[in-house]
Amino acid sequence: MKIGISSTGNTMESALDPRFGRCAYFVIHDTDAGRNEFIENAARSASGGAGIAAAQQMIDSDVGAVITGNMGPNAFDVMKNAGIKVYRCADADIETALKLYSDQKLALIDSAGPAHAGMGQGGH
Amino acid sequence: MNLCVLSGKGGTGKTTVSVNLSLLLGYNYIDCDVEEPNGFIFLKPENVMGEDVRIDYPVIDKAKCTLCRKCAEACLFNALVTTKSSVMVFEKLCHACGACAVVCGADAVSYAQRKVGRIEQGISRGIAVKRGVQDVGEYMGVPVIRQLLSRLPEGNNILDCPPGTSCNVVNTIAFADRALIVTEPTAFGLHDMELAVRLLRSRNIPFGVVVNKHSADNTLIQDYCKENRIRLIGTVSYSKEAAVAYSTGRMLTELPLYKKEFEAIALKIGEVR
Repeated sequence: MKIGISSTGNTMESALDPRFGRCAYFVIHDTDAGRNEFIENAARSASGGAGIAAAQQMIDSDVGAVITGNMGPNAFDVMKNAGIKVYRCADADIETALKLYSDQKLALIDSAGPAHAGMGQGGH
Repeated sequence: MNLCVLSGKGGTGKTTVSVNLSLLLGYNYIDCDVEEPNGFIFLKPENVMGEDVRIDYPVIDKAKCTLCRKCAEACLFNALVTTKSSVMVFEKLCHACGACAVVCGADAVSYAQRKVGRIEQGISRGIAVKRGVQDVGEYMGVPVIRQLLSRLPEGNNILDCPPGTSCNVVNTIAFADRALIVTEPTAFGLHDMELAVRLLRSRNIPFGVVVNKHSADNTLIQDYCKENRIRLIGTVSYSKEAAVAYSTGRMLTELPLYKKEFEAIALKIGEVR
């Protein structure tokens, strides 16, 4: 299975980005092949709907799970519809986040956080 | 003739200047600040009638949709997502551009309408008083502004703009022949006013400046106007009396000092050309 992780950079030592829609990169980790791919988050600077566009990238990358800090209501709806599980992880680098996941120490996010949380400057 | 009143910075007195000038000049008052229109509080119009503002949003026919993803890729506003089982529509993000139906090869996209706001119009002391009101929870004011300004009353109109220089303002000044910038003598007021100046110059709209919250010992805006050859139309004095009148929904022209100041501004409006 593939796992998508919101990341501040494009290395395994990068810190996990707590924002989903507006993170800098996604790490796509393939648990079977043990491979990692880094994709730039094209939605990062969208004027609106960043979470939705980021969620589309997760679907297109064929992930079965996402690890992030928080997720807004729109992206969360897409994840639910697509059957992708979303796990919450606090401060950690990507390597550690994956270890916590494989040790089953991450909790499922079962409800959406506030909208526009990752935008800065008070939302709009 | 449509005179738009804008500011750059919020809270500088666009509505204060607009409502007082409307009554003095006999111009109709059009509140284009659809996110938070407050001109009606001062003009208290009667016989208010209204109509809804509705916009299109896509409806996907599941039986015809092939999940090809073209619609989601074409959408510049991230209103569509294609999952493995369906296309999800986030209607509040849709700008009703129609691209999804154009790219759909399966004829699966049609449009329905939903309400995003309201237009209201009444009469106050002989002038038409009109406003657009964006529904709570909606992101976009532009459809409301366009419908509001597409049918303006006959004669001269004052268009009380939203703050800033965003899409809402750009779409309002598209209907303007002349403009007034209302600003305040603070660094923030000047900074945001410069953005408004650049916007108006880019659209070749003639404009003048009114300094609100004016006090004799602060000539920040006057100095800027002189340096940049911008016409100063007048000043509105800073006082507690004005703030108290404003906070209780009264017109400043009910106060003798302000009546004089607004009459002076009204006389000079013709110089904006």
